[in-house]
Amino acid sequence: MIWIESNPQKGMNEDAINRFPDECCGFFFGQEAPDGRRIITDWLSAKNAKTGDKTRRFEIAAQDYMRAEEYAMQNELLLLGIYHSHPKHPAVPSEHDRLAAQPYFSYVIISVTQEGKTTFRSWRLNDESQFEEEKISEPQNV
Amino acid sequence: MATVIVPTPLRKFTNNTARLEVKANTVLETVQELAFHFPDLQKHLLDEKGQIRSYLNIFVGSEDIRDLQQEHTIIKPDSLVSIVPAIAGGSHF
Repeated sequence: MIWIESNPQKGMNEDAINRFPDECCGFFFGQEAPDGRRIITDWLSAKNAKTGDKTRRFEIAAQDYMRAEEYAMQNELLLLGIYHSHPKHPAVPSEHDRLAAQPYFSYVIISVTQEGKTTFRSWRLNDESQFEEEKISEPQNV
Repeated sequence: MATVIVPTPLRKFTNNTARLEVKANTVLETVQELAFHFPDLQKHLLDEKGQIRSYLNIFVGSEDIRDLQQEHTIIKPDSLVSIVPAIAGGSHF
């Protein structure tokens, strides 16, 4: 289960809308309870470094990844995952998303329509390297 | 001994340790040493042929080993080796 605080949710939402029709991408940070529940308290937008069609693919440069790890360490947060948008597509991971995914990370996908309507869903790899949906919870349930 | 920075997603395989000390002469030896000490990490670092997985980036200091001597890049006792997962995806396969 994952809870996204209002500031990072607003920031990621705006990122998805502002970079439409391209895919946005970035990192999010927070804390993890002993039972595995995650609270997202902070986020960092990253440049979509994909050469070619950014409307259907994203890539984050290694240097940006290293900066995100450093940011987490400096702010005593955990780097908990990656967000990206699916412009005009459902917030469901593609096979490309799955093949490139890392264990442990939550993958928040934001579906964004032409009209700017967004839908958030979160996914994590299981031990068989398949995505399972991670419930995005209301704050009172965390 | 060189220091290796383990990225967050792989720390669950290293007992949540972010920095490890490794005695090795090359990048490939460094990765093999990690895989030896942390067997669950092996499939995330090395492919079936024992080569470093293509979706991992390895930096020695601030230099990508692709700009050096790839997996044969020399490691010194004061080297800082960073393992950086490639982050990519998208709405279409």
